[in-house]
Amino acid sequence: MKLQDISRRDFIRQAAWSGAALTLAAYMPANGKAVAEIVNPVTNGIASGTELMSWISIGPAGKVTLMCNRSEMGQGTFQALPQMLAEELEVSLDDVHIIFAPANPAKYGPQPQEGSFSVRGWAPQLLRTGASAREMLIEAAASEWKVPKSECYAENGEVIHRVSGRRAAYSALVEKAAKLEPPADVQLKKRADYKIIGKPVPRKDIPLKTNGSAIFGLDKKLPGMKYAVVERSKRFRETVKSFDDSETRKVPGVTHVFKVQRPVFSQFCEGVAVVADSLWAAMQGRKLLKVDWADFGSEHPSTASLEKQMRENLQKIAHQPKFDGEYAQCVQKLEASYETPYQSHSCMEPLNCIADVRPDSIEIWGPIQEANWIQADLSQRFNIPTEQVTVNMTFLGGGFGRKGFTDYPFEAAFISKEIQAPVQVVWTREDDMTAGPFRPGAFYTLKGGLDAKGHIHAFQAITATQWIGQEWSPKPPSAPDAPGYNSSDFEGLLHPYRKGIPHYSFGGAGTHSPIPVMWWRSVYASTNGFACESFIDEMAHLAGKDPLQFRRDHLPDTRYQALVDKMAELTNWSSRSSKQGWGVAFTECFTGICGHAVKVMRNAEGKVRIEKVIALMDCGWYVNPDTIRAQVEGSIVMALGAATTHATTFGDGKAVQQNFDSYPMPRITDIPPIEVHIMENDEKPGGVGEPGLPPFAPALANAIFDLTGQRVRRLPFSLDEISQ
Amino acid sequence: MFLPLVIFTSIEKPHFIAANLHLVNPICRSLTSGLHLMHSQLPTEPTMPTYKLSVNGKTYSVEAEEQMPLLWVIRDLIGLTGTKYGCGIAQCGACTVHLSGAPVRSCSFPVAAVGEQPVTTIEGLSDDNSHPVQRAWIAEQVPQCGYCQSGQIMSAVALLASNKNPDDQAINEAMNGNICRCGTYPRIRKAIKTAASYPH
Ligand code: FES
Ligand code: FES
Repeated sequence: MKLQDISRRDFIRQAAWSGAALTLAAYMPANGKAVAEIVNPVTNGIASGTELMSWISIGPAGKVTLMCNRSEMGQGTFQALPQMLAEELEVSLDDVHIIFAPANPAKYGPQPQEGSFSVRGWAPQLLRTGASAREMLIEAAASEWKVPKSECYAENGEVIHRVSGRRAAYSALVEKAAKLEPPADVQLKKRADYKIIGKPVPRKDIPLKTNGSAIFGLDKKLPGMKYAVVERSKRFRETVKSFDDSETRKVPGVTHVFKVQRPVFSQFCEGVAVVADSLWAAMQGRKLLKVDWADFGSEHPSTASLEKQMRENLQKIAHQPKFDGEYAQCVQKLEASYETPYQSHSCMEPLNCIADVRPDSIEIWGPIQEANWIQADLSQRFNIPTEQVTVNMTFLGGGFGRKGFTDYPFEAAFISKEIQAPVQVVWTREDDMTAGPFRPGAFYTLKGGLDAKGHIHAFQAITATQWIGQEWSPKPPSAPDAPGYNSSDFEGLLHPYRKGIPHYSFGGAGTHSPIPVMWWRSVYASTNGFACESFIDEMAHLAGKDPLQFRRDHLPDTRYQALVDKMAELTNWSSRSSKQGWGVAFTECFTGICGHAVKVMRNAEGKVRIEKVIALMDCGWYVNPDTIRAQVEGSIVMALGAATTHATTFGDGKAVQQNFDSYPMPRITDIPPIEVHIMENDEKPGGVGEPGLPPFAPALANAIFDLTGQRVRRLPFSLDEISQ
Repeated sequence: MFLPLVIFTSIEKPHFIAANLHLVNPICRSLTSGLHLMHSQLPTEPTMPTYKLSVNGKTYSVEAEEQMPLLWVIRDLIGLTGTKYGCGIAQCGACTVHLSGAPVRSCSFPVAAVGEQPVTTIEGLSDDNSHPVQRAWIAEQVPQCGYCQSGQIMSAVALLASNKNPDDQAINEAMNGNICRCGTYPRIRKAIKTAASYPH
């Protein structure tokens, strides 16, 4: 197995990946012990026993401690990564204790939690690491018993001599094994022999989350810790002109009030911190604070002004002569526009972070998706060597991309440095929902032409959105990109069909706005998928073909064809009733391919209701099917919210929605029955946490069209407003 | 006005005192240091009301402003962090606890209004995840990030206490105040039915 070509977000590549690639060898088995010290993971216990490899320690009673080097925000990494180690190590998960590894790229490799990367990116290393440790234990036993290594095997935490039946527990062998060189090459187990991988093994973090004992960022406390809340500008990029803290300072417990900064891409955003002995006192003090903001004449965008700009930008895109020529030859043509809004991440756990900045060290605790990046960023900005910057990950109450950013740990460190004490900075829900960065809204114009046989001959997608990559550069957006012919890489746009459509082209124009934007679960695929798969459906109807068959006709690859065929079988596609509306959509992003089928009907009052969602995930080789099902269920719920219940809008340069009363999340009453199926194949492991999201909105819109003949081209929309 | 202080008055199990004090110790320390500071600065500070709260069968005496929400009393003064802050405006249910067995949103419930009513938090359900709803939650592998789950479980426990066999409609009514951003709703529904099926 080899690390496959990874299509990743550019900024991550710049921020963390390039350095990480150099250290890859450091934790490959051959050098597994390159970093000798055992770091102290605070969150969930301390590794005890002898460290066999960077990731694996075995205690005297046989307890195996495995490191999870990635953050756990609900996606199941906490289970999936050690599940791979344990499989090759030949230990039962009952004997395994999992702890978070702190940021330490030399030892644990890159730790950014994004791109649905944990399993697909880590499988080769973790399987080899587990297997190497097993081989070292076998070798230690064989030399102890003075028998050939080939006569020994490992099972359930023991090495067994096949000939004599003699056994030794790992705990008795680990000291000796730890002194051996890791093998240069190891034999990995065959998939058919797996005992743990591929099984719905219960997650070890779940019991901690049913009794209140899981420690999230907000639950972490340090001795002598202060609390801070920050009044941040509601209008983006404003700065503090002056503030009046006379009333704030009268609140008992309030100890400090001062101006703070936090880096949001290329800008510094400002605020005024209120520090107190208790969170409640800080919150009370903040209510009495008066801040005068200066905006230096920057624009105050509204949703109306942003949408106007996006519509105008769609008109500006230069034509692509080659595409235009092919499009002109088409027998039937269609053009349609799609509109999607800005969205907030709104993780259930609002942002928060603890920092303890000393003259020569920084220590951070918090819900963190991006441990290495934060470590490097703080080291650079505070001029403290990386080795002196410790980043500890707690459990994350959701992440969805937002907790992969460096602003909130920086702000905590800034405050700790100022007050010379450990401090926990707590964002209220309103702070969290209004500050951004947001998922950018995106508008699209799609064009498609059919040949005489009803096959798509030419396809063009033009996007008007805010480019996340541009957030790093203070320059105004450059001229619109001319559409790229059969070359552009837009995540989640037309992926499965690219080989089946002879002429396609993508182009886009960046929205100019002071609103900060960033990646949100499945990033651009979350909106690209809606535009693309709605349009494919429209093309199918233009061609007078069945939407599922039409898709299959454009998918030359047998892997995609198998997915479509399985979907036809699961939905009983050919015998669906005319009283039901059925829609399908297939998208691919972060190397996971997912199809959704949505069934809608009208209820007794004539309102459209979602009756069922069937999801089919093809993520290749996989570790934990139950985690995959959970991730897809969750993706569908999140997509349902983004399609039908909430959006972030702007007025006078500020986010309008501040809390769940105006940004309504889907609730249990909104959720239809969801079935998740997984394709069985031996393809390389693909992403899981994000690819389950993009197909939902288009599948729903396509189902509504099937039932009512009305085409939904703008999100979010209300199911109640689909007319009779 | 605000002199945060925790005093344990009557606690039955001695081994539990140690554990509990250990848990709140860091907070006490920081609060106490703040206290000295405040006294030196504000010698005429009026004292705050003291409330005697029964939480999970133990009595705590806390000094807090009348309007301080029960959520922050539980989390920051008593030191039980299983109850979560999600919105502060009674919209999400992450802070759900029981007051005399009935679910309340503790973020929007002033400590002064608690009175004699016993409070139960997620930590009070069992010592070992043995409550039927906890068992069902584990059996159905409900939590993802887990942040909302204390509140979800407390709402479900209250539902099952009043309705041994809730149908979908009853589940909708009882659980509609709890948001789960991770989208564990299908499993929550299933787990409530599983818990109902366990022998009572
Ligand atoms: S925190 Fe109380 S309902 Fe949201
Ligand atoms: S499990 Fe994450 S919010 Fe519910």
